[in-house]
Amino acid sequence: MSGPGVAAEAATPAARGAAGSVAAILRARELSLVAALVVLIGVTTAVNGNFLSAQGVTDILLNTSILLLLAVGQSAVVITRNIDLSVGSVVGLVAFAVGDFYAAGGGLVPGLLLGVAVGAGCGLVNGLLVSFLRVPALVVTLGTLYVIQGVDHYIAHGRQINAVDLPPSLLHLGNGAVLGVPYLPLIAVLVMFAFGHYLRSYPSGREFYAIGSSPEAARLAGVPVRRRVLTAYLISGSLAGVGGLLWLARFGTVIADSANGWELTVVSAVVVGGVAITGGVGSVYGAALGALLLTTIGGALVVLRVNPFWEQAITGALLLLAISVDRVLALRVARLLRRRNVRHGS
Amino acid sequence: MSEAEASRPILALKGVSKSFGAVRALRDVSLELFGGEAHALAGENGAGKSTLVKTLAGVHRPDGGEILLDGEPVVFDGPAAAQAAGVAVIYQEPTLFPDLSVAENIFMGRQPRTGLRRIDRKAMRARTAALFQRLGVGLDPGQPARGLSIADQQLVEIAKALSRDARVLVMDEPTAALSGNEVARLFGVVEALREQGRAVLFISHRLDEIFELCQRVTTLRDGVRIAGEPVAGLTHEDLIRRMVGRDLGALYPGRQTAPGEVALKVERLTREGVFTDVSFEVRRGEIAALAGLVGAGRSEVARAVFGIDRFDAGKVTVNGARLPAASPTAAMAAGLALVPEDRRQQGLVMEMSIERNIGLTGLSSLRRGPVISRAAERARATDWALRLQLKFARLGDGVGVLSGGNQQKVVLAKWLATNPSVLIVDEPTRGIDVGTKAEVHRLLSELAGQGIAVLMISSDLPEVLGMADRVLVMHEGRLTAEIPRAAATEESVMAAATGRAA
Amino acid sequence: MAPDPIPAAPVPASAVNRGGAGRFLRWDVLVTALLIAVFLGGASTSTGFASVDNLSFALGDLGEIALIALAMTLLVVAAEVDLSVASVLGLSSALVGALWDAGMAIETIIPLVVVVGMVCGLVNGLLVTRLGLPSLAVTIGTLALYRGLAYVVLGDRAVAQFPPGYVSLAVDNVPGTPIPYPVALFALLAVVTGVVLHATGAGRALFAIGAQEEAAFFAGIRVKRVKLVLFVLSGTVAAFAGVIYTLRYGSARADNGLGIELAVIAAVLLGGVDFDGGKGTLGGVIAGVLLIGLLRNLLMLNDVATEIQSIVTGLLLIVSVLTPRLAALVRRRRRAPAV
Repeated sequence: MSGPGVAAEAATPAARGAAGSVAAILRARELSLVAALVVLIGVTTAVNGNFLSAQGVTDILLNTSILLLLAVGQSAVVITRNIDLSVGSVVGLVAFAVGDFYAAGGGLVPGLLLGVAVGAGCGLVNGLLVSFLRVPALVVTLGTLYVIQGVDHYIAHGRQINAVDLPPSLLHLGNGAVLGVPYLPLIAVLVMFAFGHYLRSYPSGREFYAIGSSPEAARLAGVPVRRRVLTAYLISGSLAGVGGLLWLARFGTVIADSANGWELTVVSAVVVGGVAITGGVGSVYGAALGALLLTTIGGALVVLRVNPFWEQAITGALLLLAISVDRVLALRVARLLRRRNVRHGS
Repeated sequence: MSEAEASRPILALKGVSKSFGAVRALRDVSLELFGGEAHALAGENGAGKSTLVKTLAGVHRPDGGEILLDGEPVVFDGPAAAQAAGVAVIYQEPTLFPDLSVAENIFMGRQPRTGLRRIDRKAMRARTAALFQRLGVGLDPGQPARGLSIADQQLVEIAKALSRDARVLVMDEPTAALSGNEVARLFGVVEALREQGRAVLFISHRLDEIFELCQRVTTLRDGVRIAGEPVAGLTHEDLIRRMVGRDLGALYPGRQTAPGEVALKVERLTREGVFTDVSFEVRRGEIAALAGLVGAGRSEVARAVFGIDRFDAGKVTVNGARLPAASPTAAMAAGLALVPEDRRQQGLVMEMSIERNIGLTGLSSLRRGPVISRAAERARATDWALRLQLKFARLGDGVGVLSGGNQQKVVLAKWLATNPSVLIVDEPTRGIDVGTKAEVHRLLSELAGQGIAVLMISSDLPEVLGMADRVLVMHEGRLTAEIPRAAATEESVMAAATGRAA
Repeated sequence: MAPDPIPAAPVPASAVNRGGAGRFLRWDVLVTALLIAVFLGGASTSTGFASVDNLSFALGDLGEIALIALAMTLLVVAAEVDLSVASVLGLSSALVGALWDAGMAIETIIPLVVVVGMVCGLVNGLLVTRLGLPSLAVTIGTLALYRGLAYVVLGDRAVAQFPPGYVSLAVDNVPGTPIPYPVALFALLAVVTGVVLHATGAGRALFAIGAQEEAAFFAGIRVKRVKLVLFVLSGTVAAFAGVIYTLRYGSARADNGLGIELAVIAAVLLGGVDFDGGKGTLGGVIAGVLLIGLLRNLLMLNDVATEIQSIVTGLLLIVSVLTPRLAALVRRRRRAPAV
């Protein structure tokens, strides 16, 4: 055995070491995100003290909330080795359709239900096409992205929803706060913990990881693969529906292409947050941190008076960086494990 | 054990048939598994054993016949249904989730729960540790499955099957990658299960294991059940005759060897963590076999020699010219050919036609100007199809419609058409019928007779002993023995392969 | 390692197609028939549809998509995809605008921009081949990155007034024909691509890589190099398409060509190229491109809103992937009990 100093002689310590190093890498991802956030906030605040003012923090939290919700849903899908590019357009459709519903005098609760139902419906279509008809996820959701966007524009027809058309309680939800904490981030964080807990601690939640890790092994283990993939899309679609409602609540004024192009930001947040695009690895907490980081960068660019057009380029670059780092680390771990693998007489 | 004692089989197949396209994998096969009995399933590669296992596991649904559980007909419409019926299967190839911990791998779908229906991680860990202790395995339940050696993966699979507490345990070559100690422990566990009244179906290529562990044996040949009988009273020769259907002599052509100069020279080849310090030579006109347990690093050496994987140290020389690392193209130009282990993934492009598969290794030689000459492509394919007596309808047919044996002939044709001076064949007869197997053996002999240096990797011990002029044995990534034909016996090769040699 | 005569996994649609597919009904023939039907339908319902002027316009309007579709076909056949093409087009357009605005000669700008496109493709290709990352993830990243850079270069400005000589090259017809120059270029490149894909060793290699990458590698094909070349090609073509787009509309903007990767991929898949690689014909793709072009033109002539066009393109994309899979499923169901 020619491994470096860490190489161990007996099987068990070697195994421990391997387990330790992998866990360390996972932790390192969340830690490095936190570190990046701290540095970013530190530098920005040093340049402009207003960044950390109560208003500044509230802004970032508000801006993160919807992205975070979408990132949670996207995580569920990506963990099963799939992707949902249609979420941005679902947000837009739900925001406008429900706004339209209220403008026509619809009740608060029916409107909320409508929004979630539309989102879930979109998720259902994606999920059925991907899981039962085995159409590649990328193609399906790229297609539904444009179909949903088209439907959104068709309904809107150049019109605009105004805040005066909306129920006051909805607008309060979007801009009010409890004990100084705005509702939006509260809702997002609640959803995050609920799904984080589900994915980590419930058998069916773990099956999402099993499917993403090895679909074939999952099938042999009797995991209902299609049903879980469908569920992942339903989650993603429903949360996008909720995202659309919150969008409406927060901004009040809505035109057809709200959240246009957000699918890229969502996927970036998830991947930057450590959910492997090849499935099976990651957590919604990481994805949430990814969403927070991307939003904070956007806010910092404004405060630092950097050309705001950099934001999209940075999002893309971060995504590339994240997948590249993941890959390089994975290759290194694989090599480390390989070195330890040669067994010496048992 | 007599039939009267165990009145009714727990699980039985009655007249089961299963076809895949043109390939009839099982024909009217019956099998009865009794509680308290270890039942061996014998047969050569490609006899239909794995199909039978997958039928029991609910992966395949039979085209005809029925499955009886406690005498009642049942339909397994998926792996979950078979598991619910109490059938646990250890597949030949481990099917683990690389990203999940070993404990999660074992309990996926049936995790111990707490009151709130959440996963009880502590209990899961403890139960995994207990299983490992029973098997004498030193693995950490919390470690991810990624990076486990094949033997360790197989042990996790065994633990998984045991954890199901199943009434029927099906084991498809569980010992192929295991060392002597691990096999002994596994057999102890199987004995204990048998005493508890469980039924065991056991598949192994090592006849000794069948005689040691099992009470009854069913033999398959080309998808047909040849015999079902008690093991007691049978000899090795009886069993082999049932499996092969003819005398062994007919299977392995005798030949005169006159080894020429060294064609392939491998010096101190090392790929970290995979194999270490491997040196050997193969001469023109000889067949050298590379033997060892699954996971010993044999295929990996072949891959590195051919340039599929990069080697970290050492040197490969073909006909005196040194090969660059990691370039199959350079290896081919130097006269090397590799018939890979996995025909369907590595050997053939399944969606392509016979002629295009054969042409794939000679795209530049088929060129007329900038474009490929279809006439030249067809001529190349026709020539080799005839020489190898390929059975086909049209050369334009996809290779997917051919039987396993004929697919292997296409792979051979594809490589022989490059006119190699060194031919590496990895498991050349895995998954093909007896008739074609004999043809492949004859062909390899002829090739050696024509002065080609042949390096044959095989897990089939009779094949190694019947074909090789020299046997090179690997154990855990090292070349541990080189045994000349005269001294090569089942015992001497197995001893070196399991590390018992001096 | 699989001694089983058939993989344990459910037989992929491709395997089910074997043998029968050719005799049954070829997808690209079907699309061509559909193309003819749409053409005849359009001619009989919309006045002016079948006029030479309109068709010439419809073709010209399709130029960039058609060009990019050629490179995309090669990529998808090799089981890769490049989602960043529209962003490269946008970046190229933004660069043309910014450099022209800065007073650089158009003769310098065009080669420069094309080189930038090559570099964009090279980045994609290196990330895919050197690091072994999935092209889907990489090109989603560069989709955002390149479009972002386009905005960084030009902001939300628009630059116009390009030299008329060059504009007319992008707009005018080849003298004596109703064929715009970009379409003529497409026709030329289509022939070359068709020959490469269907008649050369390189083409065989592409199909082998797409169908079974490992087997192709074992057969001595330089898989990584081939893929790298494809990505570079795709970036180059997209950048050149960006130049044509800019000149044709006479306007350089960072958001030029936003979303046309969808139309490109839809055309390629509609043309019968399997998204999983290893199958397809260039003839089918050309039929797919034309079909999308004619449909858009028809919708436009009938004053159907652009949003409906987006819905139609999206639906076409899904249908083109769904139909062969459904057909395979049905065929398998029907065959299973018969054996």
